[in-house]
Amino acid sequence: MALKHIIDVDRCKGCGLCVTICPKNVLEISDKVNTKGYFPVYQARAEDCIFCTKCCIMCPDVAITIVEENKQSAA
Amino acid sequence: MGKKVLMKGNEAIGEAAIRAGCLNYFAYPITPQSEVAEYLSHRMPEVGGVFLQAESEVAVAYMIYGAAGAGARVFTTSSSPGISLMSEGLSYIAGAQLPAVFVNIVRGGPGLGGILPSQGDYFQATKGGGHGDYHLLVMAPESVQEAADMMMRAFPLAEKYRNPVIILGDGLIGQMMEPVEFHDHLRTDPVNNNHWATNGMQFRNSSKPNIVKSLFLDPDELNENNLILKAKYERMKKEDILFEPYNMDGPYQKLIVSYGTMSRVCKTAIDNLKVKGIEVGMIRPQTLFPFPETAVFEAAAKESCKAVISIELSMGQMVEDVQRCVQGLRPVHWYGECGGNVPTPEKVMDVVTSL
Amino acid sequence: MGKTYQKPEALSDQHTHYCPGCTHGVIHRLIAEIIDELDIRGRCVGVAPVGCAVLAYNYFVFDFQEAAHGRAPAVATGIKRVRPDLFVFTYQGDGDLASIGMGEIIHAANRGEKFTSIFVNNAIYGMTGGQMAPTTMPGQHTTTSPFGRDVEDVGMPLKMAELLAALQTPAYITRQAVIKPKYIVKAKKAIKKAFTYQLEKRCFSFVELISTCPTNWAMTPNESVKWAEDTLLSYYELGEYKTPESLSGGANAK
Repeated sequence: MALKHIIDVDRCKGCGLCVTICPKNVLEISDKVNTKGYFPVYQARAEDCIFCTKCCIMCPDVAITIVEENKQSAA
Repeated sequence: MGKKVLMKGNEAIGEAAIRAGCLNYFAYPITPQSEVAEYLSHRMPEVGGVFLQAESEVAVAYMIYGAAGAGARVFTTSSSPGISLMSEGLSYIAGAQLPAVFVNIVRGGPGLGGILPSQGDYFQATKGGGHGDYHLLVMAPESVQEAADMMMRAFPLAEKYRNPVIILGDGLIGQMMEPVEFHDHLRTDPVNNNHWATNGMQFRNSSKPNIVKSLFLDPDELNENNLILKAKYERMKKEDILFEPYNMDGPYQKLIVSYGTMSRVCKTAIDNLKVKGIEVGMIRPQTLFPFPETAVFEAAAKESCKAVISIELSMGQMVEDVQRCVQGLRPVHWYGECGGNVPTPEKVMDVVTSL
Repeated sequence: MGKTYQKPEALSDQHTHYCPGCTHGVIHRLIAEIIDELDIRGRCVGVAPVGCAVLAYNYFVFDFQEAAHGRAPAVATGIKRVRPDLFVFTYQGDGDLASIGMGEIIHAANRGEKFTSIFVNNAIYGMTGGQMAPTTMPGQHTTTSPFGRDVEDVGMPLKMAELLAALQTPAYITRQAVIKPKYIVKAKKAIKKAFTYQLEKRCFSFVELISTCPTNWAMTPNESVKWAEDTLLSYYELGEYKTPESLSGGANAK
């Protein structure tokens, strides 16, 4: 089952905690502002993601979810 | 039980709550009403109720808040300084629209004051001891029997208005023993509170959480909430004013306004004066809020009446409400004593006749 | 390879008002995950403090009461005593619990009230704008200790876990942290253990969680994590300070 890493752009506050703890250095802060005025995180190197969920555990705003490819999550 | 028993006021208040169907009591000891807690500490377990002595009156007020918020009937008793500590809690309970019953067995103040009877908490009870726009429904018994009856009426009233109700007794009513009968017909079943109580979503099979709170950061929302409270108080004024007219039929030249223990002394004084051919009438507010405004005005407006006097065990608090209601129609006087001395009937007779 | 990760059901969809990098959000999620896992949402009642988490009731999908500042343990006592079948927890900050509410938390713990207290220790008053808290560190600058906390003047920061562990009544007292995944995973286990003790009607349970406050610490979220790890964790040692099984207080700490 293939997994999909989803970042809810408007839920993210660009705090950067996930960027620091990602073991594969996948994430970076984007320069495109979201609806709340924050610069959300994005997967700069998505192919390196190992779906370890560390970013999900660290995220204070539940902005990151990982779902099975076929089942698009409601969030 | 339909028969009379001789009972100490404090204990009768505790028993009356149980008879009213309230099985939850949180309290803190304070003279002159610790007997309520002592009585309920063995009585509540007998009826499968909750009894807990808290670490402070502040904590008591919020245990009441939590229990009431969870949808349970709950009450506490305390005395003046304890009620002061509960005042923030009373404001929260009113703001969050929770039904709860409080009893203040008033003692002398301010500060540590004394432990004898007083009516010095009238302002605190009727003008709101805590912060913000709220009122308590305030009832003032003159006897152990009336204290028991008012206790039983307090719970349905608190539920009718989703607002705290307070019984204003005093050290005398709490400490003295009188025959009392518990009128079980006054018992009511609790109203359904599934639409607001935090009693667990599954138990009301709902998927919508209930929130008990008084925070409204949006000014319109807070204003709206205060208007809801105001409407309750207006309704109280229409539907739940209670007072006893005494010797009001005759051509009284003087009108007394007095409540609780003090009004009983006044009754004796009025009876003694009547024998001497001197007619004196009295309005005895049984609810201090809502205050019997119209009754006092009409009683003062009677042709024969030349003067009104508020007689209270304080330095003059209810007198301000009496003045407000008489609207300058008649001179309004005050007489009162403090510290725990209860004026004798003879003293009252002297004061009234010398007006 | 890899795992899925979903927002817990007990957490609402509402975006929180917390500042970027504030770990209140992590704690909210852990609580919601555990409530889902224990399947107790239907009989759960949270008690919110006065502080940043005063709006916690907007972020959960179960009954909530909002307590006056410091009084959550009394509110929880009232709920739990009249409805012992409800699952009750308080959620409090360091100003709420360790300052104005010290009387309430100590007596609730000492009575062995069968609810759980979640204590978020970020060494500062957040909601009111960064004032000194009982847990503010020596020398830590806040808006009411502008020259740094002077322990000669206001004493040393309060260690709540150790303080409560000294009580004789059986309880579960632990201190964890939520500043990095490795701590968060342990914190979740501790919270779940605390909640389980409540479900088993065993004892009072208390989980202190070292948390960050980037805005009022005047640091970035990542700098806050570093400062918390270096400074806070050296003073507020993590570990289980008491379990209902252990009789004496600190003996089995860490």
